[in-house]
Amino acid sequence: MITPTHYMLLSAALFMIGVVGVMMRRNIIIIFMSIELILNAVNINLVAFSNQFQNAIGQVFAVFVIAVAAAEAAVGLGIILAFYRNKETVNVDEMNLMKW
Amino acid sequence: MGQAIAFYTISAFILGFALMVVTTKDTVHSVLFLVLDFLFVAALYVLLGAQFLAVIQILVYAGGIVVLYLFVVMLVNLKRLPEVHEDPHRRTRLGLVLAAVVLGELAMITILGYGKPAPALANAAAAAMPVSGNTQEVGWLLYTSYLIPFEIASMLLLVAMIGAIVLAKREL
Repeated sequence: MITPTHYMLLSAALFMIGVVGVMMRRNIIIIFMSIELILNAVNINLVAFSNQFQNAIGQVFAVFVIAVAAAEAAVGLGIILAFYRNKETVNVDEMNLMKW
Repeated sequence: MGQAIAFYTISAFILGFALMVVTTKDTVHSVLFLVLDFLFVAALYVLLGAQFLAVIQILVYAGGIVVLYLFVVMLVNLKRLPEVHEDPHRRTRLGLVLAAVVLGELAMITILGYGKPAPALANAAAAAMPVSGNTQEVGWLLYTSYLIPFEIASMLLLVAMIGAIVLAKREL
């Protein structure tokens, strides 16, 4: 019997994999993809509770999360492209133009 | 029984592909593992009875966002892998141990702290819904109770589109 606890554990594990990816990879594109993993983990949690309470509000929230993730991916990749044109790197350790 | 098998299989694939996304050295392989991860998350949504959300996930995430990532990976056109030189101050193993500890904490909170769900929660917005089916349910909520967030989300997408075009142009 699959309870919402199982879905919450899956969501927590996916969330932690995303957080590890954000903190330990130095390629900015991989960091952005780990952020998408985090957002997917949140969506799994929302849909699991929407299924438990038989109310579609969780799915409506998940649709908004997907819309915001799409907007954020577009703008973030635009920033990466603009930065790459200035300094030919995608390594976050080398993105230190504002460091004093 | 079948639902349990499906859940464990799909979640094993989701977590496995997520680990591959985070640990692969090649960026293109990472993006392809992300596509597979999104497809299996969509399968999980179908298992949960959210068919509309599963289709939206495939259309927007696997079909739009991942294609955007692939375009940027090709435009950036890495000639050398950027992670060749290891930072001597980076404590990889400590980071992994701390992440495992946080995951264990989350798991304990989830297992031990999850009590009885609140009973009278579902009746608020589902009062006068003359439709049936998952897509109609989500659509009804989006166009009646949550119309303002819907319009704001469309404004957000417009602003993001303009911002991405301005950021990626060659000359302003």
